[in-house]
Amino acid sequence: MLLVPCPNCGPRNAADLSYNGESRPRPDPQTCSPEEWRTYLYLRDNPSGWLVESWYCSSGCRKHFTIERHTLTGELRTPILPGSKPGATKGSTK
Amino acid sequence: MGKNKPPAKYSAAGLLWRGLRKQSWPRVWREPEFKNSYDVVIIGGGVHGLATAYYLAANHGITDIAVVDRAYLGSGGSGRNTAIVRSNYLTPEGVAFYDRSLDLYKSMSNDLNLNVMFSERGHLTLAHTDSALRTMHWRAEVNKLQGIDSSVIDPAEIKRLTPSLDVSTNTRYPIMGALYHPPGGTIRHDAVVWGYARGADAYGVDLFQQTEVLDILTEGDHGSGRVTGVRTNKGDISTPIVVNCTAGWASTISAMVDVQLPITTHPLQAAVTEPVKTFLPTVVVSGSLHVYVSQTDRGELVFGASVDPVATYNMGGTLEFTEELASHVLELMPGISKMRLLRQWAGLCDMTPDYSPVMGPTPVAGFYVDVGWGTYGFKAGPVSGEQMAACVATGETPHLIKPFELSRFTEGNLVGEKGAAAVGH
Ligand SMILES: Cc1cc2nc3c(=O)[nH]c(=O)nc-3n(C[C@H](O)[C@H](O)[C@H](O)COP(=O)(O)OP(=O)(O)OC[C@H]3O[C@@H](n4cnc5c(N)ncnc54)[C@H](O)[C@@H]3O)c2cc1C
Ligand SMILES: [Zn+2]
Repeated sequence: MLLVPCPNCGPRNAADLSYNGESRPRPDPQTCSPEEWRTYLYLRDNPSGWLVESWYCSSGCRKHFTIERHTLTGELRTPILPGSKPGATKGSTK
Repeated sequence: MGKNKPPAKYSAAGLLWRGLRKQSWPRVWREPEFKNSYDVVIIGGGVHGLATAYYLAANHGITDIAVVDRAYLGSGGSGRNTAIVRSNYLTPEGVAFYDRSLDLYKSMSNDLNLNVMFSERGHLTLAHTDSALRTMHWRAEVNKLQGIDSSVIDPAEIKRLTPSLDVSTNTRYPIMGALYHPPGGTIRHDAVVWGYARGADAYGVDLFQQTEVLDILTEGDHGSGRVTGVRTNKGDISTPIVVNCTAGWASTISAMVDVQLPITTHPLQAAVTEPVKTFLPTVVVSGSLHVYVSQTDRGELVFGASVDPVATYNMGGTLEFTEELASHVLELMPGISKMRLLRQWAGLCDMTPDYSPVMGPTPVAGFYVDVGWGTYGFKAGPVSGEQMAACVATGETPHLIKPFELSRFTEGNLVGEKGAAAVGH
């Protein structure tokens, strides 16, 4: 089980949240080319290692937030969103 | 050094002879010496990498090939899948492609002289809602147009084919019909891996296990330029051509040459029960219940589901999976509630946005990909090997895999197969 630290609700079972995946800078749809927009939509770094990713607290506070998680070990690093508690937390992927 | 010919025959007489004399069997493939140069280096010793090597040698006479795997052959998805093969996909491109694979699977035991235990038992995709039934009709019509044996059948016919299914109407998810695909079935996945490995080895292809690719060497700009070699834990190999066949790890290899892929890695779990007498004659898939099941020749029930939602490279199993699986399977087959699970496991799946693969050249000259195999790549092993071999040997992308090139994502030409591949693999 993966425990995800929602900045508002505290640690929650990952199954209680929605996973949005890799966080990427969104190009301006008014000015970017179709290729740039599709790159944003489809292409991913997908590293085996630290990943900055976005979650949605769908059955709790209904806020989106960002965390940094190690995709191999399941460890978590300081959440990035303002209002979240800093400091490393350990998640387990058992 | 290879013998440059197809593998020697296994025969009943040979089996008897060795059995009577208690002779041990020779190793099936060589442990070759590490050379520092090859014409082609294939990364990943699963069914895709091995099939590509085999067809490069068998169809194109290219045998100066190294296949490198950081673990053992078949240690990835190729040895973990639930071995389902079928061609009843949703898009014309997908149907033509997977059907060619079924053809190659049909003659594989003969071609590779190894029994891959192809069991053409029929494949049922159940519909529990009107919209699912509509998708089944859509798929059946696309399939029929391309000559694929595929049709929608009613609950009475389902019951006749598979008596253990509960087709009553007072269940939570009543079965309203099914897409029936008689040519679908299962194959022994280990035999497929070993068959291609043995065949490639006989042609002189060098297979290196416990050989991890650490970097890909290039000249020119990163993200374009051309391949000059690979760096492994056993030393450098110079080569003009590298084929990435690493499925769940595909992004980590492509990152070495700065080629971004439309891929995220998710685990897919499966489980198997204790063996019982054969009672389930078909492969049964239920999209709404997120589960599929088939019975092996030994009598075990093999279960699978959709991928876990969170991206990870960790192959541990979860209790959530087993709980959900059990409740959904019992919905379909209440009669098996006393059966015990023996094992559960996971493998990594390289999921793409459109549930179709990514095959062919990349912006880096000499760097080819055969990835994005998600949860459906086992059945595609033979055709992918055949077509990737042609692609590498001729430098042109064959028409069967042209729709699956990496450039389709920036060009906006996706091949949407989600409706046919999200749960049934
Ligand atoms: C539980 C489960 C059930 C499935 N069921 C089905 C099914 O019923 N039908 C179907 O068609 N498909 C199914 N699939 C999908 C299928 O198994 C895969 O798509 C397919 O096996 C991919 O084969 P491959 O040869 O491309 O990759 P793999 O077999 O995964 O091989 C990739 C190899 O790359 C190696 N590698 C990784 N990194 C490196 C490196 N740096 N250096 C060297 N080597 C490296 C790995 O060790 C591995 O052996 C299932 C998958 C799973 C996990
Ligand atoms: Zn919350």
